[in-house]
Formats: sequence, C-alpha cells, structure tokens
Amino acid sequence: MTQPEHAVPPAAWAEPAQRFDLAGMGRYLVRFVKKTLVIAELEARKLRHDPTELFTRAVQPALWLLVFGQVFTRTRAIPTGDLSYMDFMAPGILAQSVLFIAIFSGITVIWECDLGIVHKFLASPTPRTALVVGKALSAGVRALSQALIVFLLSILLGVKINWNPLALLGVLLAVVLGSGLFSTFSLIIACLVKTRERFMGIGQVLTMPLFFASNAIYPVEIMPGWLQVLARVNPLSYQVDLLRGLMLGGIEPGAALLDFGVLLAVFVILIAIAARLYPRVVI
Amino acid sequence: MSILETRALTRRFGDLTAVDSLTLSIEAGEIFGLLGPNGAGKSTTIKMLTTLLPPTSGEARIAGFDIARRAADVRRVIGYVPQMLSADGTLSGFENLLIMAKLYDLPRADRVKRVRDALAFMGLGDSADKLVRTYSGGMIRRLEIAQALLHHPPMLFLDEPTVGLDPGARRAVWELIRQLISDKGTTILLTTHLMEEADALCDRVAIMHLGKVVATGTPQQLKDAIGRDGATLDDVFIHYTGDQLLDSGGNYRDTTRARRTARRMG
Ligand SMILES: Nc1ncnc2c1ncn2[C@@H]1O[C@H](COP(=O)(O)OP(=O)(O)OP(=O)(O)O)[C@@H](O)[C@H]1O
Ligand SMILES: [Mg+2]
Repeated sequence: MTQPEHAVPPAAWAEPAQRFDLAGMGRYLVRFVKKTLVIAELEARKLRHDPTELFTRAVQPALWLLVFGQVFTRTRAIPTGDLSYMDFMAPGILAQSVLFIAIFSGITVIWECDLGIVHKFLASPTPRTALVVGKALSAGVRALSQALIVFLLSILLGVKINWNPLALLGVLLAVVLGSGLFSTFSLIIACLVKTRERFMGIGQVLTMPLFFASNAIYPVEIMPGWLQVLARVNPLSYQVDLLRGLMLGGIEPGAALLDFGVLLAVFVILIAIAARLYPRVVI
Repeated sequence: MSILETRALTRRFGDLTAVDSLTLSIEAGEIFGLLGPNGAGKSTTIKMLTTLLPPTSGEARIAGFDIARRAADVRRVIGYVPQMLSADGTLSGFENLLIMAKLYDLPRADRVKRVRDALAFMGLGDSADKLVRTYSGGMIRRLEIAQALLHHPPMLFLDEPTVGLDPGARRAVWELIRQLISDKGTTILLTTHLMEEADALCDRVAIMHLGKVVATGTPQQLKDAIGRDGATLDDVFIHYTGDQLLDSGGNYRDTTRARRTARRMG
C-alpha cells in the first residue's frame, strides 16, 4: 500500500504549552491572529458578493435621527444641559443602531449549524477562539457603515461634530468594539437556545431593556434610582458615553480610557464564554 | 496496520444510547462502510471520531492520536464531509476552498495552485468562480469532498456522501472515491443506507442498529452468513435490522435537515 504526501503535524502545531514557554506562546498567538483574520476574510468575501446589508443597516439610524430626533428636539422635553437634544442623541442613536443589528447577528450561526458549515470549521484545526473573534471582528467592521450614515446625517442636521482626528479614530474603535461585544453576546445566546424561533424571541426581549436602560436617548440623571443602577452596569451606557464624548468633544482622556477599558473587559469575558459554548452548537 | 481503532465507544443523549459500545478497527487504505437505518447512530459515531462530540465513555484513536486527549492532532489528519451541506452558497467554489486552504496552513506559495488542481480533479474547473448557490447537488458534493481533501488527510469521513443525488451524480461520486484510494491511498469511512452503494464501494462494512454493530465483514461474507442462496446486501440489511419500512427511526430535526439539504441542492 502506498502512503504518499500525507501531512504530518509539525511540532509547532501542538496545543498551547502548559508550562511557561514564551516561544510556544508566541507561535500560538501568531497562529491565533492569522486564523482570526481568515475568518474575518471569509465574512468580507460574503459581503463583497452581496453588499446590500451595508445599505439596509443605514435605514434604522436614519429614521431615528430624522423622525424621533427632529420631533424631540422641538418639544425640549428632555433636559440635556448645554447640548441641543439633536447633538445629545446623535451618538446615542449610533450606539443603538449598532446594538440592534449586532444583537440579532447570532442567528447566522444557527443557520450555519443547520447546514453543516459549523461542523466543517469545528473539525478543522482552527482555534475556537479564532472562530469567535473572527466573527466579532467582521461584525465590527460592518457596523462602520452605520457610523458613516450617522455622521452624514449629523452634518446635515447641524450637529456640532468634533473633527479632531484622534477623536474620530476613537469613534471608529468604539463602534467596532461595541458591535463586536454585542454580536458575541448574541452568539452566546444562539449557542444556548439553538433554534431560530427561541433566538428571535430572546433577542427581542433583550434589545429594549438594553436600549432603554442606558443613556442613549436621555441622561441617566433623570431616571428613577433603580433604573440608574441598571444603566450603570449596562455596557451600552459606556459605549454611548464614549461616543458622545468623542463625537461632540470634551471627554477627559481618563474617562475615555475607563470607558474603553470597561468595554474591552466585557468583550474579553464574552469571548471566553463564547469560545467554550460555540463547539456545543453542533451537539 | 489499522489507522482507526475504537474501543467500547459510547454516546448517550439522556436516556437514549445513540452509540452503544462500538468497537471497530479500520485498516489503512480501506473503504469502510457504516450501514444502518435512520437513527442507527452513524452520524453520532462520525461526530465523535471527528472530535465534534465528546464520547460518554470508551475511546478511539486515529493515526495513533486519541480523539479526546489529542483532538488538535486528530483534526489535522482527518477530512470530514458532514451529512448536511457544508459548502457556503454565498461564496464561489474557489473561495470555499481557499478559506479552508488558509485554515489548514497550506503553504502560501502553492496554495492557489493546489486549490485549482483540486477543483480540476473534481471536474469543477469551469465553475470555480461561480457562486456555489448556482451549483447542482452533485457539484456541491464534489466541492465538499475537494474541500475535505485539500490538506491530504490520510483519513476521510464521508457522512452519506450521495444523499439526495441522482443516479448519474451518485456514480460520479463513487468514481471519485475509488480514484482517491488508488491515487492517494486515503482511508475512507463512509455511512450510507444504500446497499447498492455499500456493495459497489466498500471493502468491509458494519451494520449498525439502535446504536450497536450487529454484523461486520466484507459484503460477500455477510451475504454468505445469512445462509440463503443469491442473497443481496438488501437481504442482509433487513435480516439484521428488521423491516424498517414502516417503523423508520431518525428524529424530526435530522429528517428536516436532510430534506432541506436535498431541496437546496435540487
Ligand atoms: N443532539 C442530539 N440530542 C439528542 N438526541 C440525538 C442527538 N443527535 C442524535 N440523537 C439521536 O441519536 C440517535 C442516532 O442519531 P444519528 O444521527 O447518529 O443517526 P444516523 O444513523 O446518522 O441516522 P440517519 O440515517 O437518519 O442520518 C437518533 O435516535 C437521534 O434522534
Ligand atoms: Mg446520519
């Protein structure tokens, strides 16, 4: 019997070393980053074949800004200090529209699992964490189209945007981070409930509390005490705070770092959970 | 030399024992068929061997690697085509393979060449850049097999490779499988409930029923064993599993998946 060119696993491919092994950890990290980018590339290629998603994403924030925003600016019902209500809500709507799309993104995993695509990836030597982070990254990049539309409309509506390049970069980063965070949260839910119907139900149940228990469209100060507590543990509030401070200017660097830190920490925890749950969708 | 060995491999789902104490040994270069009616435990067995599903008890080794303790090594020496459609309809055939080539670390220098060669080998050279959504069922199956073989695994798992295919497409897949064995010496474990397929392709088969292997041997040995003149593999199957026509197993979810698969492919 012939045994031709079969791949023999090179030693570098062994699981991450248990003992402290700097070179091994380095190799693992390089491999992890490479695989994450391959998964993100896969999603980017899908988007290239069918970019309609980028346009449909723009509809919701446009409606909120044009309809809700215009009306509430006129009523002056919500106290927003020196800011006009439109200025106050524009960053909130950006965060909200990113949340609304990210929170339902996990459904594609259920779909891919029904097909067998997930099985194929799980049977390959790709680290589970790379599969999860790659998906989060691509969700983050897609959300940038929402940032674009919110900025365009904000210019039209006369929002006083802070054009500091560093702040703009910060806005992009905050959008990618927020989208990645909530899409990973969505992935976790998908892995737990496993059916489309239950997933849609839970997604709807979660969206509104996340949105209303945040500072997206009104300041925390006017909320009743119990809601303030919820708003302060809600990651969306930190994202809104960050976006508002960067987009309109005037955020203290320390405060910005704190917001970024909180978002990043939550993101890392969610990734760790998702990487454990993801292999179980096929069971 | 055996490339795959299982010892008392068992998987329970609650009260149900989907795979019950399976002990198997497959020689390198063999085509081994796992036969059985719906719900017999064929896919569950394959999911355990491909490291997707942890066994409840028992053990298995592939190319010397334990599936539980050395899962990462196992993943590098196997190829797997799931029962459902696993090609991504929203990408082209070329892209489907390219992504896999990158995930399996094929050297950058000949990555594209290997993908093109694999597509040509499967007779998909002309459709490489079309979206997989536009492929026929037979083309999708061939693409999936190409995808599972890119990294030249010594062991290939095919879960119902010809389900939903018309007779012509089915024969084309058989031909490819035979060619793989003669060209590359790949060992194949496939599942099927088509006795004709098992007879035409497999060196040895095991018949599973309600999670247990009830008979193992070459198709000829099994036919001889039931002691009836001119017995076909169909007779053997019915002899061991009872008449499943009226009382076929399999759960709703699996059936809808298989149906959906067939429809998407059609
Ligand atoms: N995730 C699961 N949870 C609960 N039961 C399951 C699960 N997966 C499979 N089963 C059950 O285990 C048994 C064996 O299923 P399996 O899919 O292995 O059968 P099969 O031989 O592949 O059948 P088919 O020919 O229909 O593909 C079935 O009764 C099935 O309902
Ligand atoms: Mg099956």
